[in-house]
Amino acid sequence: MSWGRKSNHVGENIVKIGSPKEVFPGEARVALTPESALQLQKLGHECMVQAGAGAAAGFSDAAYEAAGVEVVKTAKALWTAADVVVKVRPPSEGEAKLLREGQTLISFFYPAANEKLMGAAAKKGASVIAMDMVPRISRAQKMDALSSMANIAGYRAVIEAGNNFGRFFTGQVTAAGKVPPAKVLVVGAGVAGLAAIGTATSLGAITYAFDVRPEVAEQVESMGAEFVFLDFEEEQADGAATGGYAAVSSPEFREAQLAKFRELAPEVDIVITTALIPNREAPELWTEDMVAAMKPGSVIVDLAAEKGGNCKQTVMDEKIVTDNGVTIIGYTDFPSRMATQSSTLYGNNIRHMLADLTPEKDGVIDHNMEDDVIRGATIAHASEVTFPPPPPKVAAIAAQAKKPAPKEMTAEEKKAAEAAAFKAQTKNQVTLLGIGAALILLVGLVAPASFMQHFIVFVLSVFVGFQVIWGVAHSLHTPLMAVTNAISSIIILGALMQIGSSSFIVVVLAALSVFMAGINIFGGFLVTRRMLAMFQKS
Amino acid sequence: MEFGFTTAAYVVAAVLFILSLGGLSGQESAKRAVWYGIVGMALAVAATLVGPGSGFWLLSLLLIAGGGAIGYQLATRVQMTQMPELVAAMHSLVGLAAVFVGLIAHIQLGRVAGMEEAERKALEGFAALLAKKDGVEVAILRVELFLGIFIGAVTFTGSVIAYGKLAGKVDSAAKKLPGGHMLNAGAAGLSAICLIWYFNTGGFFPLFLMTLAALFIGYHLIMGIGGADMPVVVSMLNSYSGWAAAAIGFSLGNDLLIVVGALVGSSGAILSYIMCKAMNRSFISVILGGFGGPAGEQMAVEGEQVAIDADGVAAALNDADSVIIIPGYGMAVAQAQSAVADLTRKLRDKGKNVRFAIHPVAGRLPGHMNVLLAEAKVPYDIVMEMDEINEDFPETDVAIVIGSNDIVNPAAQDDPNSPIAGMPVLECWKAKQVFVSKRGQGTGYSGIENPLFFKENTRMFYGDAKASLDKLLPMID
Repeated sequence: MSWGRKSNHVGENIVKIGSPKEVFPGEARVALTPESALQLQKLGHECMVQAGAGAAAGFSDAAYEAAGVEVVKTAKALWTAADVVVKVRPPSEGEAKLLREGQTLISFFYPAANEKLMGAAAKKGASVIAMDMVPRISRAQKMDALSSMANIAGYRAVIEAGNNFGRFFTGQVTAAGKVPPAKVLVVGAGVAGLAAIGTATSLGAITYAFDVRPEVAEQVESMGAEFVFLDFEEEQADGAATGGYAAVSSPEFREAQLAKFRELAPEVDIVITTALIPNREAPELWTEDMVAAMKPGSVIVDLAAEKGGNCKQTVMDEKIVTDNGVTIIGYTDFPSRMATQSSTLYGNNIRHMLADLTPEKDGVIDHNMEDDVIRGATIAHASEVTFPPPPPKVAAIAAQAKKPAPKEMTAEEKKAAEAAAFKAQTKNQVTLLGIGAALILLVGLVAPASFMQHFIVFVLSVFVGFQVIWGVAHSLHTPLMAVTNAISSIIILGALMQIGSSSFIVVVLAALSVFMAGINIFGGFLVTRRMLAMFQKS
Repeated sequence: MEFGFTTAAYVVAAVLFILSLGGLSGQESAKRAVWYGIVGMALAVAATLVGPGSGFWLLSLLLIAGGGAIGYQLATRVQMTQMPELVAAMHSLVGLAAVFVGLIAHIQLGRVAGMEEAERKALEGFAALLAKKDGVEVAILRVELFLGIFIGAVTFTGSVIAYGKLAGKVDSAAKKLPGGHMLNAGAAGLSAICLIWYFNTGGFFPLFLMTLAALFIGYHLIMGIGGADMPVVVSMLNSYSGWAAAAIGFSLGNDLLIVVGALVGSSGAILSYIMCKAMNRSFISVILGGFGGPAGEQMAVEGEQVAIDADGVAAALNDADSVIIIPGYGMAVAQAQSAVADLTRKLRDKGKNVRFAIHPVAGRLPGHMNVLLAEAKVPYDIVMEMDEINEDFPETDVAIVIGSNDIVNPAAQDDPNSPIAGMPVLECWKAKQVFVSKRGQGTGYSGIENPLFFKENTRMFYGDAKASLDKLLPMID
């Protein structure tokens, strides 16, 4: 039973949605924007916000008030009054204490890393919806905050890289000299990677991208980057099995991948690594020797810094410069650095989540645990920890549906079928040959030798004709007709042999035949040549 | 014979002819292959003039030159859309020439038979050859020239009618005189009687009677075949002209004629076979004309034809990544091939994957569409055969059907009672979207309803193909 239904029975309580100011140091985002508040009100909810919560993201208290949002002074007052608390970061310990029974918290939570916090919340009887646990299915895309934040991170990573990179992205030929374009390598073509690719290419850089899932090559190319293929054959794990995320790759694959990167390292100016595997430390993809091989002034942006970094030299939340002059950026707060944009998108994600929780649009929350999306994202409900969720019923969107493999015959079946076909063919040929031979023998019995001489020529010619014509390309059938037409005018020989006859009528007929065949010979060959000249390769 | 040189030249010519046909296996080698054919022909004619073609050299050369001039004019002036007509017209010439040469052989035979022993000795060339023949050989000769004239006559009138139909001078619908196939059978029976008669008497009258009957058969046979079956008819006539030449070759005792006749004959026969297979019909049923009666009630077509304007087509094309164009006879009629090529170029310049799907019987001549597209400078490596491309339709964003109908008819697969049931078709309806450029809501040559036009992902782009495409072109950006 959900408390939403209960409140329905009571019938008086309109659900209050409140967003406190983020307590995490440096966090500028806010989970509720004036715009999203307006939309939430349409669902029948009331909204409240802690004073100054949106200030860092560019939303003043006045703007909230103008949108009909109640502004409360303190966090405590908000936590007490709100039925649903929406946040960006996971609750701090202090915040977790403020949770009460029947309250719902919606925020990023990273339950696998925050089990204690999750247990505490469940114990309190609060429901917790983790925005980072929204399943990756089509229907849930509108509330996929990880993707919307990753998109911003990808964009911002390029901007940060550009900020620390001493050259243009685009190649230019100016009066003051020629500028080569920057070369950007994006490792990991997830949402962040694709956003980075898009930003880098639109700034004019030559962009390469790599991902362990070869099926994303098409997406990469559609964004204007060149996909870096490895010379490596391996049955890749089906992305659908892992919810559309990359899986751990084999050591051999990793070696091939690193070798490729080593090859690229001296060339590229900017490396943006985004490789993350769910609930694991980030894989090391950009090793020290690759950093050492890079040109001075190059920039590495490690979007996996929070999970240890794809480059081990990365220092989380810091920008360092290596001895050989390579800047490594390990910021983890890219979305927060664009707080207005990220708050707007995150606010919309939250709003969509609440819209799904309010199916009747009557201000009544129905925490429907049968719903795939809500179930997947809920990590604590009715005093119980509900994490991890059962696997989603609908396959992840990122996974490419594999084509059903054509029904393969086993080797024996194939062999048998081939043998049968061969047998049938042999039988056919032998029968035809037998009949043909018998017919020729029959003719030979009655016909005189002079006829048989010509007959053999005839039969052989038909045979040659059959052998040759089967090889003619379909597209050349019209030229074939024209050319056979021309050579069938060989009948002119018959006429030429007679034209010298003493009989007048023979001469006339022969002359006419020669004339007509002449038309045919020239017409046929010329028109064939004309046609064939037109066939051009692209 | 005493013409060792001629025979040698014939052997070389025969080899050249075979190479010339074999070279047509690829577009590039084909360009070389034509020259083999030309050299072969020149060699054969020259060797004949030098050798057995005694007398009237000048006249022969003049006639060849005169014919050549006309042929040159025809070949350079003909529109590529008129290729079927040209080919048919040229077949009729070969047919008529075969009849004439056959008649000459008959006359010569008569003259030689009437001569005294001394006179015979003095004969030269073909007549000398005749003079040496004994009874059985003469009888065989009669059969040979009889057959040559018969096939030649059928080819002649058949080709004339085929030409008329293709050029639009004769109504292309299948027509039969009252009596239908019985008339053909009667004429064929009469010819058979004439053969026996002629075999026994060697008189001119049975030969003449048979010629008339054969001319009638050619006329009536082709009249009874509808426009959509024309590719088979043309390749069949091609085959006949070859057999006629071979039969004449037998009667003249000329091996080169036999070789070339057999080559052409088998080439035409194979083409006919390929065409018939592409329509899933037996050769006999095509020759006898018309479609076989439907075995039962045809499936009713549900839905309606939804029209679309150029804006809509342009929008879909601008969004599409992969496009397959399926041209048909309608494209040839509307002379739309260069507009199609322009469209292709524009789409390809934008990086879209544009290909052509050619059904074996698209158009009125085997390979007709390929020639038209080649004329419009569509590169041949994006022009695909049915088997190469049929599997790609499900991954295709837009399929454009331009002036084809039966070859994209899903009823061939879905409706066992359809007259074209079992015919291999281009499965364009599996593409995400299909546009059909068509004049109006008619059913086309074969008169078969096409469920494709009623499918949900099909939009009808009504109007003359060329005008429609010209309207569409500026909207592609």
